[in-house]
Amino acid sequence: MSINLTAALVIFGMAIVTYATRVGGLWLMNRFTLSQPIRRWLNHIPGAIMISIVAPAIINGGIAEFVAGLTTLFAIARTGNLVLAMFTGVTTVWILRNYLHV
Amino acid sequence: MKEPANADFSGIKTGVRRSIPIALSVFTYGVSFGVLARQAGLSLVESFLMSSLVFAGASQFVVLEMWTSPLPIIAIIFTTFAINLRHILMSAAISPWFFKIPAWKAYSCLFFLNDETWALTIGESTKGKPIAGFFLGSGLTVFIAWVSATVIGQNLGSAIADPASWGLDFAFTAVFIALLFFLWQGKRNLLPWTVAAIAAIVTARWTTGQWYILLGGLAGSFVGAIRDVD
Repeated sequence: MSINLTAALVIFGMAIVTYATRVGGLWLMNRFTLSQPIRRWLNHIPGAIMISIVAPAIINGGIAEFVAGLTTLFAIARTGNLVLAMFTGVTTVWILRNYLHV
Repeated sequence: MKEPANADFSGIKTGVRRSIPIALSVFTYGVSFGVLARQAGLSLVESFLMSSLVFAGASQFVVLEMWTSPLPIIAIIFTTFAINLRHILMSAAISPWFFKIPAWKAYSCLFFLNDETWALTIGESTKGKPIAGFFLGSGLTVFIAWVSATVIGQNLGSAIADPASWGLDFAFTAVFIALLFFLWQGKRNLLPWTVAAIAAIVTARWTTGQWYILLGGLAGSFVGAIRDVD
C-alpha cells in the first residue's frame, strides 16, 4: 500500500479537470450556446488522440508491432470484443518475438 | 430551453437494471486497465484513486502511456483535459433535465457522467420519462463496475513477471486499435486521423516525452473541424 506524493497530485489534478468537463456543459448551457465550429472540434478530439497513440507505436515499432496491429484490427472487426482483440494483439507479438525473433 | 416532463429521481432502479449488460463490458475494460496500471508502475492505492476520482476510461489508458519517471505533471493533466473535453458536449445535451433539480444535486449527479450512461440516458429521454434518476442509477452501476474491475485487474497484474516477454507491452496499443475501430464513422475520419497520425509519428521521432499524443490530437482535431466547415 503506497502512494507517491507527485502521483497523488497528478491524480487529483486529473480528477479536477475531468470533473470540470463533466459539469462544463451544464454550466455553459446555463449561460451560452456553444458555437457550431467548437462542437465540431470537440467531436474530433477522441479519435485524433487515440490514433496519435497507436500510429507511432505501430510505425516506429518493429515488424512484430506492425503485424500485431493488423491482427488486432482483424479481431475487433470480426468479433467486436475488446478483450479478445487485446488477447489477439498480445499473442501475435508474443509469438513473433519468441519464436520468429523479429 | 424546453422543460422536461419529469425532472425527478424516480428512475434509479431502471437505470441500474438497464445498465448491467453495459457494466459487464465496462468491467472487462476495467480489468485491462488494472493490469496495465500495474505494469505502468501505479500502486494499488494510486490506481484505485485514479479510477474512483477520475473515472474516465480513455483518458486513464492514455495517461498510463505517459506514466514515466519523473511524471510529466502538466502534460498528463492537459492531455486528460483534452481527451475529456467531449464530456462538455454530453452534459450540454442532457442539461435540460438537470435545470429543474437543485443545483447541488445536478452537479453531484454529473460526476458519474460517462459515455455509456450518457448514451443510455439519451435513449431513455426520448420516451419522455424522468431521467435524472435513471442517469444516477446508470452512472453508479458503471462506476462500481469500473472501480472494482480496476482493483481486480491490478491484483491479476501481480501474477505477471516480465510483461514484454509475454507481449503484454502491446496490450495498450491493441486496446486503442479496438477503440478506434468503434470510433470509426467512415470517410469523415480519414483526413483528421491521417493528419493526427503523421503529426504524432513525426513528433515522437524528434522529441522526447509524450507530447506527440497531444500534438497529434490537436493537429488532427483542428484539421477535422476546419474541413467540416466547408
